[in-house]
Amino acid sequence: MPARGNAAPSRPHDLLATLRELLSYMSHARWLMLAVAVLVTLAGLANLLGTYMIKPVVNAVGEGDQAAFARGVAVAAVIYVVGVASAAGYTQLMVRAAQRVVFDVRRDLFAHIERLPLSFFDRARHGDVMSYFTNDVDTVSEALNNSFANLVQAAVQIVGTLVLLLVLDWRLTLVTIACDAAIALYVRFSGGRSSRFFSRQQAELAGLDGYVEEMIAGQKVVKVFNHEDANVARFSELNERLRAAGTTAQSYAATMVPVTVCVGYVNYAIVCVLGALLAVRGLTDVGSLASYLVFVRQAAAPLNQFTQQGNFLLTALAGAERIFSVMRLAPEVDEGEVRLVHADDVEAARAAAGAAGWAWEICGEHVPLQGDVQFYHVDFGYEEGQTVLADLSLYAKPGQKIAFVGSTGAGKTTITNLINRFYEVRSGVITYDGIDVRDIEKASLRRSLGIVLQDTHLFAGTIADNIRFGKLDATDEQVRAAARLACADGFISRLPRGYDTPVVADGANLSQGQRQLLAIARAAVADPPVLILDEATSSIDTRTEALIQRGMDALMAGRTVFVIAHRLSTVRNADAIMVLEHGRIVERGTHEELLAARGEYWQLWTGAKELD
Amino acid sequence: MDGVRLIARFLGPYRRDFLLAVLCVAAETSLELFIPILMAQVVDQGIMAADLHVVLANGALMLLCAAAALALGLAYARFSARAAMGLGANLRAAEYAHLQTFSFANIDDFEGSSLVTRLTTDVTVVQNALVTGTRPLVRGPSALVAGIVYAFVMSPELAVVFCVVVPLLAVAMFSVVARVAPRYRVLQRAMDQLNDALQEDLAAIRVIKAYVREGHVAERFAAVNEHLADTATRTFRTAVLNVPILQGAMYATSVAILLFGGQMILAGTLTVGAFTGFMSYVLQIVNSLMMISNVFLMLARAVTSVERVSEVLAEEPTLVSPPGALTDVPDGSVVFDHVCFKYAQDAEKDVLSDVCLDISAGSTVGVLGGTGSGKTTLVQLVARLYDVTAGAVRVGGHDVRAYDLAALRDAVAVVLQKNVLFSGTVRENLAWGDADATDEQMLEACRLARADEFLERIGGLDGVLGQGGAGVSGGQRQRLCIARALLKHPRVLILDDSTSAVDMATDAAIRENLARLAGVTKIVIAQRVASVMDADKIVVLDDGRVHACGTHEELLATDPIYQEIYESQVGSGISGEVS
Repeated sequence: MPARGNAAPSRPHDLLATLRELLSYMSHARWLMLAVAVLVTLAGLANLLGTYMIKPVVNAVGEGDQAAFARGVAVAAVIYVVGVASAAGYTQLMVRAAQRVVFDVRRDLFAHIERLPLSFFDRARHGDVMSYFTNDVDTVSEALNNSFANLVQAAVQIVGTLVLLLVLDWRLTLVTIACDAAIALYVRFSGGRSSRFFSRQQAELAGLDGYVEEMIAGQKVVKVFNHEDANVARFSELNERLRAAGTTAQSYAATMVPVTVCVGYVNYAIVCVLGALLAVRGLTDVGSLASYLVFVRQAAAPLNQFTQQGNFLLTALAGAERIFSVMRLAPEVDEGEVRLVHADDVEAARAAAGAAGWAWEICGEHVPLQGDVQFYHVDFGYEEGQTVLADLSLYAKPGQKIAFVGSTGAGKTTITNLINRFYEVRSGVITYDGIDVRDIEKASLRRSLGIVLQDTHLFAGTIADNIRFGKLDATDEQVRAAARLACADGFISRLPRGYDTPVVADGANLSQGQRQLLAIARAAVADPPVLILDEATSSIDTRTEALIQRGMDALMAGRTVFVIAHRLSTVRNADAIMVLEHGRIVERGTHEELLAARGEYWQLWTGAKELD
Repeated sequence: MDGVRLIARFLGPYRRDFLLAVLCVAAETSLELFIPILMAQVVDQGIMAADLHVVLANGALMLLCAAAALALGLAYARFSARAAMGLGANLRAAEYAHLQTFSFANIDDFEGSSLVTRLTTDVTVVQNALVTGTRPLVRGPSALVAGIVYAFVMSPELAVVFCVVVPLLAVAMFSVVARVAPRYRVLQRAMDQLNDALQEDLAAIRVIKAYVREGHVAERFAAVNEHLADTATRTFRTAVLNVPILQGAMYATSVAILLFGGQMILAGTLTVGAFTGFMSYVLQIVNSLMMISNVFLMLARAVTSVERVSEVLAEEPTLVSPPGALTDVPDGSVVFDHVCFKYAQDAEKDVLSDVCLDISAGSTVGVLGGTGSGKTTLVQLVARLYDVTAGAVRVGGHDVRAYDLAALRDAVAVVLQKNVLFSGTVRENLAWGDADATDEQMLEACRLARADEFLERIGGLDGVLGQGGAGVSGGQRQRLCIARALLKHPRVLILDDSTSAVDMATDAAIRENLARLAGVTKIVIAQRVASVMDADKIVVLDDGRVHACGTHEELLATDPIYQEIYESQVGSGISGEVS
């Protein structure tokens, strides 16, 4: 994570487009932003004019003009009161405006990411997606919090100062402009070198972070192998490299301040001497010089401010660009028009749905759902040029149980990913009761397909909340019924708070087997006509496994089921077993037929081949 | 304050750099404050008396000050960078080294991700606070003190204005900082909540999409998002009060000095030059207070990180080698003597209760039992990965607590259930078992663990594995982990469900190879009856107690749990006994 303020800014590629998009977000708080701009300008002008008032006051004093003196002080006081009031106003309004904008950005970004196809999540690491919300949104938020107002104010002050300096004395102003130009040149020159040093530091930091992450994940293995000292040695090496690279980068970055300060002094000294010479010759008055000198000291501040805030703003725009580029990614396509409805939800469907509980809604007509799934010559690959499934055809009649077996990477999970359109087929057709799945409204398609995945993924909340995830409006009785069906009711009732027991951090307080049972209950409460079961691979003791099997069996009754098997014991009673190899079905048939064939399946069954 | 002490301690040899950096800033600041005095002389003695010599001499002095300030500034840049980076490196090194002394119980205390952040992000935050904070932290107070002193030197009467304004301002700013600092912690928590929600949804994206719950999770996200925005608004609204307060103070002082100073000039008790010089001190002093308050706000955020780092450093390792520890494990016998165990002192229930087992050197023992029956816990006590709550575990006739930890763990090899390989070559991974092992020894271990049959396909000993052993299948990874453990030439070898992903035939072959290792005690946890059937003794654990203990035949005849497990597996063909 680049440190704010001293890291070389990563610059946005298309500054204007990003700025336009950010501005459209800022227009959500249009009136606030406008008020801020007006108040910031007022505050900046007040600061300048107040300092300018030193001139008439000093000159009045010099001339002994009491009335002019009193007037000057009074005017300065009024200007300053306006300045403070504006500053109080814009800082408060800016905080509100910034948080409004950032809230909207986070909300829209999240909503958009949720709608992206799964292929996005396959490619993007979680850390990267998190970083859009943390690092990138944070830089935008910080920039809005501080940089926007500061930048406007600094611009007002720089322009105003130059104008007033010119009014006070144009000769001295040339000196100041020359010094400012020198600073600007130095900033440009050192920026490039600085960013090289920083990218080396970031690379070393990434290397160390990676090592720490991997080793801490395996810390228990480190202990078991007495490998502590060796690890410390390797760590020290990486740590030292980071220290050296960091020292160089930071030393270099920190030269910016003294150089600017020094040029400021030189400017001050030259103006002082030159001004004195002019004053002695009577070419300028002492009041102007006094005012001028205060201005010169003040002028360095907005200039520094401007370069610094400008860099922050560029970093923020780079962050905003990353955010907007995610928001521009195309969401999942869904042009299906056929809907599937559950009898509980739609009155008209109740009669049509019958026992299955689900019905098709086509042009206002309701037809009961059968649960017939067919694949016609399906080709698929996750990436261009890669083939995971080739010319795959199969059918599942309503109520049938189809099992897939095969080694890792054979394409078992991929098949089920296509049925619910997590991914789109490359060629071929998948039909559901004879309807192309692409013509079915995606949400209703997925709602009608129950899925129990390998990774159970529970959410923070109670046990009941987690079961209810399958059907948000399920009554307590329905939740209990689903749990009973899944054989989960037993362990849940034994928990100290039963169904109200909180689930923490992805179910860390539950065993793997218990999580599995909850996942089955979650699918059961949705009452789907078609089920996809991806068995857990991790070891569960045989007693719990038997319980899970009972739950699964109860859930499967009367539904069309696809099982991705990791244990052959569960596929024995399937209506058809498909043995997959490299994306093709190499054998298909019942358990007995396949054993008799003495092929791949027979080898797996006898343990001659590894099943995973 | 503890944070300051911690930082002072870990600056170590870089303390010198830090002090020099502080000195540089202090010197630079006083030079800067000297300039208005020179300027006052230019105006009063130069312009008023039309003495060009004074003007030029003072001008030259000013340039000298500028040059000196540049030199000091550059020196500061170097010293502060060295100090900050040195501190960061020292903190990381200390944390990592301390982490190596952690026992399993200590590691359980911090969940993995939090330890990583404490070693990386938190240290970076502390380091950056030192880089950016040192300058204003020194400059603020020294500019404040010097400014007030110089102002008094120039005109004691006029300087009274500061005596009124500065304390008022200080109180106002302090009260803002005092209000905001604790809010940052609340803000941090709100951010953590947002991140947690995000992480959970990312991990579960397939479930969310499968159940069409995008809208539902968006609503939940909206709640944490709103909470964060509200908290941030409340925090920053207070923090930005600093701006008008400061400007108000600066402007009030300016007006007061214009008013009183002007009258003093009119009365002839103040020179115009002194007055002009005075005006620049207003800016100086008020700015220095601003700096101090900003530094405090920044430090308030860094303090959280310092606390998180020091929590790691303060964690007492729960297991240490005793003084005068035994370094030689005479044989591989293992005895559990009325062992009770629970993970936390305040836990209600024991994980193991009153376990008594006698395992003779060189024998093979199988352990079966349901999830949560305490199998993994039982074997981890042998390598003293945790300490018993009551009773004793003896290896080679001595209490495990009497051994040097490294010596004990060299003699007791545990293949953990959650085992990992590391990124690097196969050879580098195997060297964890024995750093001096020859290629022949490594290949022999691979042969015993049946890792030889796929070794060539992944590039032999030079084959490269990704993080967590990416590039090999689950079963292959388990076999490499067994080979790694065998290279330790242990007296006791513990396999915690280490062949669950290995096919039946290979599992049997590995068992056969291991059985030939003479003098090595083997303790095998398994789900499959077939994996432990041939053991000299099989222990059936149930709910933390030894339910039954005996040979396969004995248990099959007498123990209902064993019979049930056996029936369920043989009945469904899991045992691999079909044809």
